[in-house]
Order: sequence, then structure tokens, then C-alpha cells
Amino acid sequence: MALETKQVAMTGNEAVANAIKQINPDVIAAYPITPQTDIVQFYSTFVANGLVDTQMVTVESEHSAMSATIGASAAGARAMTATSSQGLALMHELLHIASGFRLPIAMPVVNRAVSAPINIHCDHSDTMAALTTGWIQIYGENAQEAYDNMIQAVKIAEDPRVKLPVMVCYDGFITSHAVENLVLVPDEKVKEFVGEYKPQHRLFDFDNPITFGPLVLPDYFSEIKAQEAEGMLAAREVILEVAKEYEKISGRKYGWFEGYKLDDAERVIVVLSSAAGTAKVVVDELRAQGEKVGLLKPRVLRPFPAEELVKALSGAKVVAVMDRAETFSTQGGQIFTELRAAFYEAPKKPLMRNYIFGLGGRDTTTAHIRTVFEQLKQDQERGSVDRKVTHLDVRV
Amino acid sequence: MTMKGYKDLPEGGVITEKGNSVLYKTGEWRSMRPNYYPEGCVHCLMCWVFCPDSAIKVENGKMLGIDYDHCKGCGICARECPRKEKALQMVKE
Repeated sequence: MALETKQVAMTGNEAVANAIKQINPDVIAAYPITPQTDIVQFYSTFVANGLVDTQMVTVESEHSAMSATIGASAAGARAMTATSSQGLALMHELLHIASGFRLPIAMPVVNRAVSAPINIHCDHSDTMAALTTGWIQIYGENAQEAYDNMIQAVKIAEDPRVKLPVMVCYDGFITSHAVENLVLVPDEKVKEFVGEYKPQHRLFDFDNPITFGPLVLPDYFSEIKAQEAEGMLAAREVILEVAKEYEKISGRKYGWFEGYKLDDAERVIVVLSSAAGTAKVVVDELRAQGEKVGLLKPRVLRPFPAEELVKALSGAKVVAVMDRAETFSTQGGQIFTELRAAFYEAPKKPLMRNYIFGLGGRDTTTAHIRTVFEQLKQDQERGSVDRKVTHLDVRV
Repeated sequence: MTMKGYKDLPEGGVITEKGNSVLYKTGEWRSMRPNYYPEGCVHCLMCWVFCPDSAIKVENGKMLGIDYDHCKGCGICARECPRKEKALQMVKE
């Protein structure tokens, strides 16, 4: 079976809208927010042109968008919406309901800074604030990965062992609005891959009436949450299974993370999404000069692949974790603190430092990445990090 | 009653059995109970009209007593009973 190789030029949002077109969900609830808007805008033209069977519901807020998606999903539909930033924040209470109801909603989240100050550009403060909502989170570096993750997300979410919603995250404007080359999987292969959604329970099964959302008091609440945690644990297998299956129809490999020249690397940058692309260029430059540097780009943050990340970084001497969001804990960004915690039992721990970078869409260039590698080199020579948390490229 | 563990419960808090609220014995919440004295009852059924929990048992237009499995002891029936010598009187559980 020959794989598709023909490249197309699309923005990240256009690529994701096309993935959703191929998935052809039953219901989409749409509300605009920059930089997500053109996903649902592209999709509305697909609906208007009769290319999909989706019922598109335009709603008055993201709170309503997620509510409508939850309602449709509980009814038994394959339902989706998309959002960014304030929109994700506004749907926050519904995020817990989607996961608590075990509804397999796949949702693109185009990462954007959360106000204030108001800003429309990329950072990860929106999805980092949603790490504890019971949603799986998958991050992509570019349009190709956003497209591929979107298709895989449906299959991960709907797996009966998982039954949890998934956020498909990628960087606002940098990925969502830049035109890139990518390869799409043919329509019929996507259709076959995602299959038909067969929910275990649905409200529109009138022969077997059920109740969604009853009051659950202290005598049962812990059991319901333990089930949810089991679902997230099961996702650890399912994410890899789905990636393997997707490789068969796409030829592209996915896993917990992408390691770039990582195997013998002594100095490693860990960074999510589009900034990893910039870091790869610097890794190539420094490798050409004989420097043992590498990159680790996490793909999945929920479930958090702690053991796999520790194993992948076990040979490193110094690690810089770059977080594109503040936690205000004063102890570093989210990925930094979780990765450091993951190393607690490890017999060999690399030196680790944290950079908070790229907030509100601040460009992170190869020069910034070179600075980070330079500081890592000094740390390695000194045998200690001179500063645990640094705000990168901030004027004083 | 043995309570089910998390592996045996329907996921997401979904209730898969229809009309199963009758199995939930909310009468356990009660601290005061209405006692029924049939000798003073004229079967006007005002208690049945006002009971917010359908806990007044009625058959063929006759008051039969209280469904203590679901009566939460709010006392509305005793208050609404129009008899001078109340046919429903609240006592401590």
C-alpha cells in the first residue's frame, strides 16, 4: 500500500480544519476567538458546500460551545469545538464536566497568552492552566503534527479503555497562521482509521434510558474519580497503539516525545511545540562545531510520561527546560517542576535549569537558543547551575 | 448494602437503570417523624397534596400512612392537617 506523498500548502488551522473535515463529526459548536477562529471559519465553508454531514451550531460563548459539545456528545454524537486562551479559560468548569462524564471530545486548542495584559499571540498559559482538568493534552510543533495529532486524538479519546477528552495543542499564529508544506492522509483512509463512534451509553438510546450528571455524594465520588484516573492510565498504552496504527496510513512516527540528536547529547533543551523547530536549527549548527547538544520535544503532557522522559534524559549532563508559561510558584514552569519531580527516584540526575520564554508571542530566535546552550555549557564546566529560573530575553 | 467498587460502577457517574431513585432511601435523613393517628383522620388528603416528596401513601382515596423510606420529616403534612386533634403529629426520631 503506497503512502500519500503529495505535499500541500496550508496554514496550521487550515490543516486542522481539513483533518476535522476528514473525520466528519456529527456536531461542531463554533464560537470565534483569535487565533482559533479560522478553524471553524474554514469548517463553516465545508458545511455550506455540503462536503460534510456535520450539524454546525453557532453559540454565544465558549462556555456555551463546550456545553453544546458536551450535550451532543452525551446524546451519542461525535462532537467537537475549538478554542484558544480566554475561550479555554471561560470553558474551564465544563472541561471538568466533559472528562467527568467520560466524553471523548477532541478539541484543537491554539495556544495563546491569557489576559491581562491583553494579547493575542502565542504562549502556553491557556493549556497549562488546564492540566488538571482530566483532559489528555497533545502538543504539535507544526501544521503537519497538528493535523496528525487531530486525527489520532479522536481515536485515543474514543477508545473504550480511555473515554477521556483530548486537547490538540499547537502554537497560535506561529503554527496556526503560517503556511507550511504538509502531507494529508487520503479521505477514505482517515474515515477508516477513525471508524464509527460507538458510545457505550448515550442519551438518544430511547430503549435504554440513562441519566447523565446525577448528584454523586461522598459515598461514590472517589470511585468515579478513580475510574477517570484509570482511563488516563490506560491512555498510556492507547496513545502508543494509536500512533503505531497511524504510522501505517501516514508513514509518520509519533510517541511520547521527539528526541533530536539526543542519544549522546550532554547538553539538552526540553521545549514544546514550535520553538523546538528553532532549537533544531541551533542543535545542527552546534553539532557541526562538534558540540554534544540535543533537543527533547515533549508531545504528550497528560498523561505525563515521566519514566520515558527520565530514561531519554538519563545520559544528559545539563538540561534546560523551557516553559512558555509562568506558574508564579517562583519555582519554575510547569514542565520544569514536573520533570524535576520525575527525576526524584532516578539514580542519575542531570543538572537542570528553567527558562520562562516566549510569553505573549515574544519571538524566540536561534540567537536566544544559542544563549541557552552557552549557559548550559558554563553550567556543565562549573558543575552547577548559576540560576534555577531565568526569564529569557527580558529587559532589565 | 454492599457498595460497588470503582471497577463495577458505570463510568462517568452515569445511571443506567431507569426510575431507580425509589431505591434511594432518603428517609434516613429524617430527624423528626410524622406519626399517623388514623382515628382522627377524615381522609381529606391535604397531607398528600402538600407532601413535597410523595411520601403519603394513598389508595382508593384513603390515607394509608407514611412511606418512611422516603419521608424526610419536613413536617408540612402535620402542619397542613386541618383537624383540631391532628391526625399527623411530629415526634423526635
